[in-house]
Amino acid sequence: MTLDSKIPSGPIAEKWDKHRFEMKLINPANKRKYSVIVVGTGLAGASAAASLAELGYEVTAFCYNDSARRAHSIAAQGGINAAKNYPNDGDSIYRLFYDTVKGGDFRAREANVYRLAQVSNNIIDQCVAQGVPFAREYGGYLDNRSFGGAQVSRTFYARGQTGQQLLLGAYSALMRQTGLGNVKLYCRHEMMEVVLVDGHARGVVMRDMVTGKIASYAADAVILATGGYANVFFLSTNAIACNVTAAYRAYKKGAGFANPCYTQIHPTCIPVSGDHQSKLTLMSESLRNDGRIWVPKAKADKRNPNDIPEEERDYYLERKYPSFGNLSPRDISSRSAKEACDDGRGVGQSGYGVNLDFRDAINRLGKHVIEERYGNLFQMYERITGEDPYSVPMRIYPAAHYTMGGLWVDYNLMSNVPGLHVLGEANFSDHGANRLGASALMQGLADGYFVIPYTIGHYLASYKKEKVTTDHPEFRKAEEEVRGRIGSLLSLNGSRTVASIHRELGNIMWEYCGMGRNETGLKKALELIPALREEFWQNAKVVGDGESLNNALERAGRVADFLEFSELMCHDALARNESCGGHFREEYQTEDGEALRNDEEYAHVAAWEFTGVGSKPNLHKEPLVFENVKLQTRSYK
Amino acid sequence: MKLKLHIWRQKHAQDKGKMVTYEVDGIIEDMSFLEMLDVLNEKLIVNGEEPVAFDHDCREGICGACSLTINGIPHGFEKETTICQLHMRHFKDGDTIYIEPWRARAFPVIKDLVVDRAAFDRIMQAGGFVSAHTGGVPDANATPISKIDADKAMDYAACIGCGACVAACKNASAMLFVAAKVSQYAYLPQGQPERKKRVLNMVAQMDAEGFGGCTNQYECEAVCPKGISVAAIALMNRDFLKASLTDAS
Ligand SMILES: Cc1cc2nc3c(=O)[nH]c(=O)nc-3n(C[C@H](O)[C@H](O)[C@H](O)COP(=O)(O)OP(=O)(O)OC[C@H]3O[C@@H](n4cnc5c(N)ncnc54)[C@H](O)[C@@H]3O)c2cc1C
Ligand code: SF4
Ligand code: FES
Repeated sequence: MTLDSKIPSGPIAEKWDKHRFEMKLINPANKRKYSVIVVGTGLAGASAAASLAELGYEVTAFCYNDSARRAHSIAAQGGINAAKNYPNDGDSIYRLFYDTVKGGDFRAREANVYRLAQVSNNIIDQCVAQGVPFAREYGGYLDNRSFGGAQVSRTFYARGQTGQQLLLGAYSALMRQTGLGNVKLYCRHEMMEVVLVDGHARGVVMRDMVTGKIASYAADAVILATGGYANVFFLSTNAIACNVTAAYRAYKKGAGFANPCYTQIHPTCIPVSGDHQSKLTLMSESLRNDGRIWVPKAKADKRNPNDIPEEERDYYLERKYPSFGNLSPRDISSRSAKEACDDGRGVGQSGYGVNLDFRDAINRLGKHVIEERYGNLFQMYERITGEDPYSVPMRIYPAAHYTMGGLWVDYNLMSNVPGLHVLGEANFSDHGANRLGASALMQGLADGYFVIPYTIGHYLASYKKEKVTTDHPEFRKAEEEVRGRIGSLLSLNGSRTVASIHRELGNIMWEYCGMGRNETGLKKALELIPALREEFWQNAKVVGDGESLNNALERAGRVADFLEFSELMCHDALARNESCGGHFREEYQTEDGEALRNDEEYAHVAAWEFTGVGSKPNLHKEPLVFENVKLQTRSYK
Repeated sequence: MKLKLHIWRQKHAQDKGKMVTYEVDGIIEDMSFLEMLDVLNEKLIVNGEEPVAFDHDCREGICGACSLTINGIPHGFEKETTICQLHMRHFKDGDTIYIEPWRARAFPVIKDLVVDRAAFDRIMQAGGFVSAHTGGVPDANATPISKIDADKAMDYAACIGCGACVAACKNASAMLFVAAKVSQYAYLPQGQPERKKRVLNMVAQMDAEGFGGCTNQYECEAVCPKGISVAAIALMNRDFLKASLTDAS
């Protein structure tokens, strides 16, 4: 596996421009002769499919949802960053770039991040032109708010439904192209395999989830925009169907998987209430603009929070990180919450919760202002918990949320497998070891609207390839593999449900590869996971047939992949003997418990190569070179 | 708590389908309605029976996938709440619950409680967009939009495309869904150039899909989990009339 990042030379601010000039073009009349497959219709996939179709490429898009509009991006609440500097508070492309690199704990590729900051402004323009109803001020101009890890207000939002509105924007562009016949869109179709011909990605094998039919699709290039894998933890803020299958299948076909252990545990989620729980609900980070986080100073203080006087409260983020306070980055906020709870000062039944208190904001601004800002979030909280957050503090606890790791891609967003491009949360590219709030939406749309339309043309123009059809033996072979795997899943007739095994896997990952990791725990996980995988193949039960809609079979396929992929995460976490961002190795911390990076040995991207199920994957390193920002200890004090 | 469930089971589109009775036990207050169904499905799987198929994904009331009719009411009785956000604390021990799919000609059943809502996508393809292709658009702040209009547009844009409005309507009309989109764009300057064409095309597609007409029953508004107001329908009717009278091409 060779990792050539293809970062253009020259000053950082000019790289993208220079690269755009140097890339090959395909003339407008010829574009229709090229076909592209896009798997996924979230922000990244929908924006890519629509933009490529507008350019004239022949696009085929797939998603497993019943409509492209229901991709998991729809659930994003808080907002999207851009360096517009509308508030005139000191923002700039360079500052957004710098904040993102620093927020990622200096484990992201500078050139990619800079480009992201550059195109961020175009995204907002594009969305407004599509009719995305962003929040506005009375004067009619766009409103901004702040998010964690930034001291400027650069976050654009649409009530608490920013992801929904951005996705509906991209979806509407996709619908337009579908209606015009420029995109062939298949919903309720799940990708089972990527197909390589002569080393190039030339298509996919899909399962029609309604009829069970296995079919191949061929194209000149393949784009995966299949989202993140936080559901490896079973409980996460992700939608139920989110999974790693597409990315993992590509990994098994030779694509490098980069930094799989970098997972983000979001600090503000509704705590777990019991074993029945199927998912965790995020309370947007934007709440931290006005809510104050605290726990009682005394251990096991079970008083009603409103009865605890000011001097007996520990506003621990404000205390420990005075300059960022409640808006400290996610990794730091999550770890602090865990520390407080591990110290016996957590609140709620389980003791695994901290208060997010709006009392002071309500007194200062009035209830109506808080209602206007967060009304739907408060309502959601009340529905789930049965408690009224206007009168008692919310109770929150960290939960698995986002995965910075993903398939390795170069500057052109192409993996090491030629022709296989990866966009959005599914790639590893821009967030380093920790993603800042409101930056995933930005990245997904940057990739889809403003990067891939250029870079894919360059790829297509650079390789003269034979046309392949789905009659090619590689497709036949891949289809057979898929049928074989589905057959083995359907033959599972043990006594345990797939969900119970998934839940057990989630517990292992949360315990040993979650917020805090150490060598002993990771080694233990590496023993437990193969045993659980064995249990799955011996003792799971899958009912129904393969010729119709079968939720049980779908889930079994996804969990089977998680049971292999989780091992890769642990290998990566074990190999990275440092703490950085969301990867906190307990052996590597400063005296006051902050993450201790090791830039000498670990300032690299760890890209893993598949060597067989259960065998240790090979590690390849892409060194990270910092020419613009100075590596320093990240401080939010 | 212990509950008796009557659930619509239908093997595939051609199957006739029937209500089947189940019992679930050990349901606790903090569970969501879908988690209660998870409990049932786990039990069915262990017994070697096929689990009940139903659409769901985000379980946060935003993706619009979940689509169950509970005791005759799409999304159940809790106002402005999708069924995935309804919690079991609203039920009591011994309750009997009827669970059915959306019922509408334009939403054929695929299996059990899962229906095909692709008709909504096709309506969107007919005009649910602003034709702004990627790139070459003005600065986002070039056109101020009054906060009142922007907020109105957002109210209508909040539609999650679930189809409860159709399921609740005795005519299986999709007016509220279509009108929500039409109204969102009607309140924004970006929506103006294609305003007439949009409403004509979307309504034509809606009719072609076999949705019924609106006879002002307002059942749609009553079940809409996002509180989309029927004022949208009035706006759409006005726009439609205007567009039909003038030449829209
Ligand atoms: C609750 C929540 C709130 C968030 N809030 C914010 C926020 O405020 N700001 C922010 O910047 N970020 C936020 N994020 C993160 C952000 O929403 C996601 O990272 C981002 O939307 C991912 O977009 P995507 O296009 O990469 O993938 P997704 O939106 O996850 O889309 C994946 C697509 O791939 C398809 N797919 C996947 N696998 C297959 C397969 N095998 N076959 C066929 N199709 C497949 C799916 O059907 C889907 O269409 C939030 C995330 C969550 C969970
Ligand atoms: S208008 Fe309401 S009920 Fe109808 S699809 Fe939209 S959200 Fe659902
Ligand atoms: S499951 Fe997404 S709205 Fe109910």
